[in-house]
Amino acid sequence: MIKPTILAAGLAALLLAGPAGAQVRIAQLDGMSGPFSNVGEQQRRTLLSMIEEINAAGGVNGEKLELVTIDGKGSPQETLNAFKQATDQGIRYITQGNSSAVAAALVDAVGKYNRRNPDAPVVYFNHSGIDNDLTNGKCDFWHFRFDPNVDMKVGAIARELLQDKAVKSVYLINQNYALGQQFSASAKRILAEDGGGIEVVGDDLHPFGQVKDFSSYAAKIKESGADAVMTGNWGNDLSLLVKAINEAGLKTGIYTIYGSGFGAPTAIKENGVDTLKVMSLWLPNIPQDKSQAFADAYNKRYGQQLYFHQIRTMLQMFAQAARDAGSNDPLKVAQKLEGMQFDSDTGPALMRKEDHQIQVPMFLGTLKKTAASGGPAEVRYDAENTGVVGFQVDGKIAAADTAKPTTCNMKRPF
Amino acid sequence: MSTLIITSLNALSFGLLLFLLSAGLTLIFSMMGVLNFAHAGFYMLGAYAAYTLGLHAGFFPALVLAPLAVGALGMLVERFGLRKVHAYGHVAELLFTFGLAFIIEELVQLVWGKAPVGYPVPQALSGAAFTVMGSPFPLYRLFVMAVSVGVLLLLYLTITRTRTGLIIQAALTHPRMVEALGHNVPRVFMTVFGVGVALAALAGAVGAPMSVTEPAMAHAIGPIVFVVIVLGGIGSLKGAFIASLLLGFAQNFAILYDLSPYQLALDAFGPGAAGMLDFELFRITIAQFAPLLPFVVMVLVLLVRPQGLCGRPGSGA
Repeated sequence: MIKPTILAAGLAALLLAGPAGAQVRIAQLDGMSGPFSNVGEQQRRTLLSMIEEINAAGGVNGEKLELVTIDGKGSPQETLNAFKQATDQGIRYITQGNSSAVAAALVDAVGKYNRRNPDAPVVYFNHSGIDNDLTNGKCDFWHFRFDPNVDMKVGAIARELLQDKAVKSVYLINQNYALGQQFSASAKRILAEDGGGIEVVGDDLHPFGQVKDFSSYAAKIKESGADAVMTGNWGNDLSLLVKAINEAGLKTGIYTIYGSGFGAPTAIKENGVDTLKVMSLWLPNIPQDKSQAFADAYNKRYGQQLYFHQIRTMLQMFAQAARDAGSNDPLKVAQKLEGMQFDSDTGPALMRKEDHQIQVPMFLGTLKKTAASGGPAEVRYDAENTGVVGFQVDGKIAAADTAKPTTCNMKRPF
Repeated sequence: MSTLIITSLNALSFGLLLFLLSAGLTLIFSMMGVLNFAHAGFYMLGAYAAYTLGLHAGFFPALVLAPLAVGALGMLVERFGLRKVHAYGHVAELLFTFGLAFIIEELVQLVWGKAPVGYPVPQALSGAAFTVMGSPFPLYRLFVMAVSVGVLLLLYLTITRTRTGLIIQAALTHPRMVEALGHNVPRVFMTVFGVGVALAALAGAVGAPMSVTEPAMAHAIGPIVFVVIVLGGIGSLKGAFIASLLLGFAQNFAILYDLSPYQLALDAFGPGAAGMLDFELFRITIAQFAPLLPFVVMVLVLLVRPQGLCGRPGSGA
């Protein structure tokens, strides 16, 4: 009869000891297995680092934050299963951003769940899924996006191109899937609308992750005589494109939204110096960077450069909203969060009330050799720990200048 | 005009690299009757081995050492794996290499991680070899072409013109006779397998700076290699050569043309008649169709010549 006693005593001790204070659990539902698991892992590390920072400062309203990662495997169906697991455990905050297709499924599922459980709603923080629809036609009260959408990023690039008087024509080349198609359509519309007279001289959609030799695309870009290239490509499709353009002897700027991550700087290195440009929420060489200490600690801890800066802003804003509300209740936090102005590390930010789309400063960077490798002095930090190349910050676009109109007709549940 | 010349050269270098890669596969098949599904995996191992060795020994020594190391690994695989499975027939061999492909992919992820590793073109080979009417042709691509042609010429001469080649060929058709003459036939097969794998590794090592070295690279190139050897006729080196170049040219040139059936009709007959073709399917341009081309060409050729371009009738898969 000893064993049951020990078990019972152990169980009682566990129950009594428990966590010191109550916990606010946040479920991360990004894909943690499969081809993009390294991205999911990078996001998990950023979430974890931020949660530790908030907890070290006392948590929110006397409660500590806790991260629960449930593998959504990058697919909408699997992520909905993961979502169910999260709600079964009583988790009221979820986050995901690896895929806009998954995000759309989650927005839908969260909406349904909250209609059935009006007393225990769930809030969805989307950290990186940038499909326009999520804050336009498909917008939802329970969804908050902390990354500018495709239109805003393309708009920010178009704004920079207009200021660069030398650019009269652009060539669009994109991966043939949802994001690439939206990037291409968005670029054509925004360049035509803003009246700067920049002509689109090429518009290629190439198969996603299938092209081994981009030299023919480079030849085509060269023949078109375009002054700049705009692309939503990422990963290998971006690395190979930049290498091919460099091999073809072209010196045109390649304007990207993912050029500073996903292995691109590692694979491109010197091939993209002076040509590879990125429109980003944060870059390591921003002057008087308030995120520097956090980024340094992250790099030291994981041997990897910080990329998902939006996750930092996301959790900072969440903590602030909860403190303002004086409660960790999802509905109260959501009500504080919408329309909230926040002094983020990179400048004033706004969670727009109409569509729950963040408005936050963006930075244009150009790949240069690092100061240590003979590049400009301000390129102190390299990109992706390559050691040889890093992004020089060319300009900052204030949050207000990135705003785009929305068609969102938000239905509020109260 | 310069676009056409540069694209031809790019297509040629891509085609030759493809040949270097598929030559090992077709060599192994023609000599041993084994369709090695792990071939693309050895290609990837070659790229990673060259990356790691390159960090310590430098680019050029790594280019030699990596294929040797991976080739030696291939010989071990033959000696302690394939040879045992051989007794159970070709299906068992096929399944064995199929499983091996997955093991290699997972091992690479465990050892080198999931993110790409940087493997740049060495300083001595960067820059342009020459310019065609203002368009530079990269020196590295020229180097890849030279390596491919050189190695394959060496291989061809070894098989057809030397005593070693004679024994290999004889071991294929008359293994008992060759054994009776005092040659170690299993060792011949082991060597052939090792050389085939080393060729894949060399293609990986030499081709890596042109592409991205990451764990999905085997998966990405695998189907194309099979298209090459099926199209060329399984087991035919000459066929693989023709098929590689054909695919290189077809893919690179298709990208240049933004023509679609709808656009053609619009230009020829005006909007009225073209309206009949105004569907998504007919709006697909040749450029968008490019990645499908290898598979379409393969299916078409197989319909007309089931044995492939240069295969012997009845020897096809």
